[in-house]
Amino acid sequence: MSLLELRSVDKIFGGLHAVKGVSFRVEKGTIFGLIGPNGAGKTTLFNVITGVYTPEHGEILFQGKNIAGLKPAMIAERGVARTFQNIRIFKTMTVAENVMVAGHHLHKASIAAAILRTRSYERDERALAQRAHELLDVLGLAPLAGEVAGSLPYGSQRRLEIARGLMLSPQLLLLDEPAAGMNSQEARTLNEQIRFLRDQLGLTVILVEHNMTVVMNVCETIHVVDHGETIAEGTPGEIKTHPKVLAAYLGEEEPENEASA
Amino acid sequence: MRAAIRLAIAAAVLLAIYGLMLGVEAGFTEYVQRIILLAGINVILAVGLNLINGTTGQFSIGHAGFMAVGAYGAAFVGVKLAGPVHGLLGPGAFADALVFNLALLAGALFAGVTGLIVGMPSLRLRGDYLAVVTLGFGEIIRILFNNASFLGSATGYFGDDPSGLPAYTNFFWVFAWVTLIVALIHNLTFSQTGRSLTAIREDEIAAEAMATPSTRLKVTAFAISAATAGIAGGLFAHMQAGVRPEDFRFEKSIDMIVMIIVGGLGSISGAILGGIFVAVSLELMRDLQQYRLVLYALLLILIMIVRPEGLLGTRELHHFLRRKKSATTPAPPTGRA
Repeated sequence: MSLLELRSVDKIFGGLHAVKGVSFRVEKGTIFGLIGPNGAGKTTLFNVITGVYTPEHGEILFQGKNIAGLKPAMIAERGVARTFQNIRIFKTMTVAENVMVAGHHLHKASIAAAILRTRSYERDERALAQRAHELLDVLGLAPLAGEVAGSLPYGSQRRLEIARGLMLSPQLLLLDEPAAGMNSQEARTLNEQIRFLRDQLGLTVILVEHNMTVVMNVCETIHVVDHGETIAEGTPGEIKTHPKVLAAYLGEEEPENEASA
Repeated sequence: MRAAIRLAIAAAVLLAIYGLMLGVEAGFTEYVQRIILLAGINVILAVGLNLINGTTGQFSIGHAGFMAVGAYGAAFVGVKLAGPVHGLLGPGAFADALVFNLALLAGALFAGVTGLIVGMPSLRLRGDYLAVVTLGFGEIIRILFNNASFLGSATGYFGDDPSGLPAYTNFFWVFAWVTLIVALIHNLTFSQTGRSLTAIREDEIAAEAMATPSTRLKVTAFAISAATAGIAGGLFAHMQAGVRPEDFRFEKSIDMIVMIIVGGLGSISGAILGGIFVAVSLELMRDLQQYRLVLYALLLILIMIVRPEGLLGTRELHHFLRRKKSATTPAPPTGRA
């Protein structure tokens, strides 16, 4: 059984068919790349998988169960974490607090226990803070734990989103353009961190990325979409030379009899 | 052991308040005492409203409605309870205290349940719907009380006794409740739930993607906020001979919003300062009557220009005191209960 399987998923916004019958399988423990030109429907696919949108047709099986139509919070609770293309951190909160927000499953104490500051509440709170620091350490953010998140540089904010997602103890991590705005040095570190997440934490990763160095380096399988439809799937080597992929990215060759602009 | 320490602290605080009360009653005129009581009630209103408007970022502009529900509820329950309790325990300070606090809790319960009913449909949506719904609610509830004959309609509810409602509210009870509610709201704000509420304010989509049940938390916070307004209403009702619908006009909701904006949205310390500020400034501007609203508007504009985040911003007083300490750990919650 694949960890995640999409079965002919459709998402329609009014007259715009943003995702047309996309199907793919993501095996456990792999790093899966989702690429395509701008507006191809990659982020829409992420939003469909994480419950922000409900697909019009099709099934989304996570660990064998259909999660299409569930609320985002329920899907996250089942072990699907994500980052956002346009960073969505909690700006006025500290870095550590940002990560702790995602730690409900470590905090079993009720609101009443929190108000009364019972012993079990304080124990959960300590466990949560400790776990947050471990995860910040993994992403190299531990020294910034007390900083206000909004004041971090762009690259650190992206890594903070990853640390926050990890706090859910996810099975599956969806990264939406994690290398955007990073310099090549930061992108290389990101490569290592993504591999570390897979190798050391046993995560399955789906990566939407425009930085082809990152995609070709870390992904085992790459799925290419254009205009909401699948055009190719294969290993990085196959994708690099796939004619449809080249056409989508570089444009098709003009027929001879038409004048080129 | 911890429980024993907390009990000791609570007893010491209550004793201190009792000592203060004796001092206040001896040292101040009745007029000044009344302002102090109103300030305490305002602090409860402001701290409660700040939980939803400041921490959670959902704007309620009809909290006077919840205060009204609490005031009428507490007054009515107090009147109906007084007979049986006095019959059981005989007249006396203890029986009065019991009736009063049960009445306050009943008022809080009514207001909290009303908060649930108002909040459940309107907080499912993102955005400013809550402002519109609470605005309408505040007016509807006032008009309902205006027409409820068993609660005295427009004249107001004065109980069954010709001398009006018993004046249970005194310095001791107001400040015991202020202390309790500030402590509870503080503990809630600086907890995992409080972090989740702040996360909802900052970015609801991201909060949901991090498994935060946003609707449930927003409704819970709103109900708690409504319940605290209910406590304030109950204390207010027992300060005077009766409760009148016109005590809970739209201006009252605006007063509450001024309290939390002056102090700094999202700051409990700020809400406390704002509550006191409004009580005092209302008295100072009493001669101006309705023109005080003009002054308030000017003041709000001034704050928006000079200090848009309010006096304290989202920070608490103890953050300023602890500034020198290194900030590698998230502000540890103080162990008050």
